Amino acid sequence: MSRFEYAPAPESRAIVDIKSSYGLFINGAFVEATDGKPFKTVSPASEEVLAEVSEAGPADVDKAVKAARKAHEKVWGPMPGRDRAKYLFRIARLIQERARELAVLESLDNGKPIRESRDVDVPLVAAHFFYYAGWADKLEYAGAGPDPQPWGVAGQVIPWNFPLLMLAWKIAPALAAGNTVVLKPAETTPLTALAFAEICQQADLPPGVVNIITGAGRTGENLVTHEGVDKVAFTGSTAVGRAIAKAVAGTDKKVTLELGGKAANIVFEDAPIDQTIEGIVNGIFFNQGHVCCAGSRLLVQESVYDEVLARLKRRMGTLRIGDPLDKNTDIGAINSPEQLARIRELSQVGEDEGAERWSPECELPSQGYWFPPTVFTGVSQAHRIAREEIFGPVLSVLTFRTPAEAVEKANNTPFGLSAGVWTEKGSRILWMANQLRAGVVWANTFNRFDPASPFGGYKESGYGREGGRHGLEAYLAH
Amino acid sequence: MVWRPTLPTREPGRLDVRKTYKLYVGGAFPRSESGRSYVVTNAKGKFLANASQASRKDARDAVVAARKAFGGWSTRTAYNRGQVLYRIAEVMEGRHDQFSAEVAAAEGLSISKARSLVDASIDRWVWYAGWADKLAQVVGSSNPVAGPYFDFSLPEATGVVALLAPQDDSLLGLTSVIAPAIVSGNTAVVVTSFERPVPAITLGEVMATSDVPGGVVNILTGSASEIGPWLASHLDVNAIDLCGIEDPDEARELEAAAAENLKRVRRPAEEDWFASPGLSRLTQYLETKTVWHPIGV
Repeated sequence: MSRFEYAPAPESRAIVDIKSSYGLFINGAFVEATDGKPFKTVSPASEEVLAEVSEAGPADVDKAVKAARKAHEKVWGPMPGRDRAKYLFRIARLIQERARELAVLESLDNGKPIRESRDVDVPLVAAHFFYYAGWADKLEYAGAGPDPQPWGVAGQVIPWNFPLLMLAWKIAPALAAGNTVVLKPAETTPLTALAFAEICQQADLPPGVVNIITGAGRTGENLVTHEGVDKVAFTGSTAVGRAIAKAVAGTDKKVTLELGGKAANIVFEDAPIDQTIEGIVNGIFFNQGHVCCAGSRLLVQESVYDEVLARLKRRMGTLRIGDPLDKNTDIGAINSPEQLARIRELSQVGEDEGAERWSPECELPSQGYWFPPTVFTGVSQAHRIAREEIFGPVLSVLTFRTPAEAVEKANNTPFGLSAGVWTEKGSRILWMANQLRAGVVWANTFNRFDPASPFGGYKESGYGREGGRHGLEAYLAH
Repeated sequence: MVWRPTLPTREPGRLDVRKTYKLYVGGAFPRSESGRSYVVTNAKGKFLANASQASRKDARDAVVAARKAFGGWSTRTAYNRGQVLYRIAEVMEGRHDQFSAEVAAAEGLSISKARSLVDASIDRWVWYAGWADKLAQVVGSSNPVAGPYFDFSLPEATGVVALLAPQDDSLLGLTSVIAPAIVSGNTAVVVTSFERPVPAITLGEVMATSDVPGGVVNILTGSASEIGPWLASHLDVNAIDLCGIEDPDEARELEAAAAENLKRVRRPAEEDWFASPGLSRLTQYLETKTVWHPIGV
């Protein structure tokens, strides 16, 4: 049977207006970096240089923290919660108004499909600001005592996989609680954070309440170790999270860390097969697998292994890889050459260690950074591809016979961020949910996020929660 | 008023039977594998006991025992854990005189002051016991997500918790660090006050006779400075309370070592053990688990 071919359906990028260069957003205005160097941000799908941004040096970090301190003490801290709420509602509305622009900008800078940035990232960003806006004048009900107080200045460092969404997860609860923030977006995806700075200006947010400083690891290090920062929030790799936890040891800084994962996605023999296949695909190929909670270890009950694998491969064959701005694209570009090299290296290790590698036939664009959706079978628990976070569209498949074995294998990892369970049996879902040592358990679904739903890890996946009342607590002294 | 017999004064010339002071690990009372002991005196310097001086190996054994006990303890019903904690209070009440004498000797207090500390310690166990089956209702949530999903969040025990108990407060402080850790299902490795370990040793005997499963609480007498680093860097320990570390540099080093496997760290702070404890020590050793399921027909 011949298949219908898709015509290209590109989203227009005319909606975005990218400047050739950006300064740092400190104290309500874009300013030149005083002691940093400019660096380029490129579109990973085309390697086109999108803009030049400034690397914030130590003096810039200091300036931003001082601006945040002043804004906290003079304006944002004393402001009635009702008014902080209104500012956050304004921001939420502005995000909705500029939703398409932000989605296009995100896909350009990050490489993720427009379908995801438009339907997942940006709507969730607006939802987060709406959710936490409503908390700002109800803090005494947040569970942190009758007179909860903000910590002060929050230093926040976020990753490149969901640039604007991670910004929202960090800034919305911090501001609602009465903190001011200095946020550093990832080196490779600064543009939507800088667009957010403009949104803060449009909202007439008082200067210094939100400061956005761009840069790489050194800038982040300077920020989290700055003595004027009271609260550190980081999302990213476990290695960097560990370094931050070491760096703040012995200080009074409060820390929340949302780190890596190696989630088990567990398929029982009675699972609804069509939904399960979609869930597996969504679990590992959503956002090119650049997801800390990705379902990267598929555990399939032996009795249905052949059927699940056959259907999974057939489904993978229909995934469309290419232009992130094409509305039909399922899998976009890998965010950076460094990440691509990491995915290639670990995939090679997978082969070298004896696992069997398979990808559907697909043509990859000649420009940009690309990796095909890949599945490894014959994977054992000792294989590096079953233990280490690959952070790419690479799925490792293992099998099990009994529920107890599934639990044993699922929990056999230093991580504990998320897990998935697929079965029609309700009692088994609840039993599995109890047994799995992970902060989020998706049963008969995967990769769902909501501002009202606490998210965060066990063990080496970090500590603290984002989302919901729990996420607010991280920004309140108690 | 419950009737209690009035006991006659003990025979003045009787030679008393003294106790060997040992560790409490995995529900048993071993000596330190190192063979070491150290002299414990009362506040005036008079000999009280040769306490076992726990070693790195004892600490590791205690972690193994705590890990082994974790699965069973954390999956008991909250109702059951609450009853076990209440049982600890009951058994302590029966040893009130012994605890009072030991606290008075350890801390150099009058017997009446010591009695009030023992009262407060027993009451604290009762207070925490009641939390067992209320925590999930207070810190858990049902999450109104924007879609057809049933979504809820529940607290769960973090795992094996290392508790470096306060150096000064030999029973109330000790109780106040152990009870909030274990009531939610964690298991604990406790390093006692170095100079005032006797009430902790007796508390171990209470644990052993209160239906607390072996391994849930493991008590090591000895130096927190010596054993602390091994617990802080131990990869099968999930959280650590640095309460008993008085030197800030030492606390910083332990916190840095604990970062290796992202332990949840409670930094040392000024404590008023008589004050109402609040929730912070309870929630310190809790994880939040969020579960999603679609709603449909």
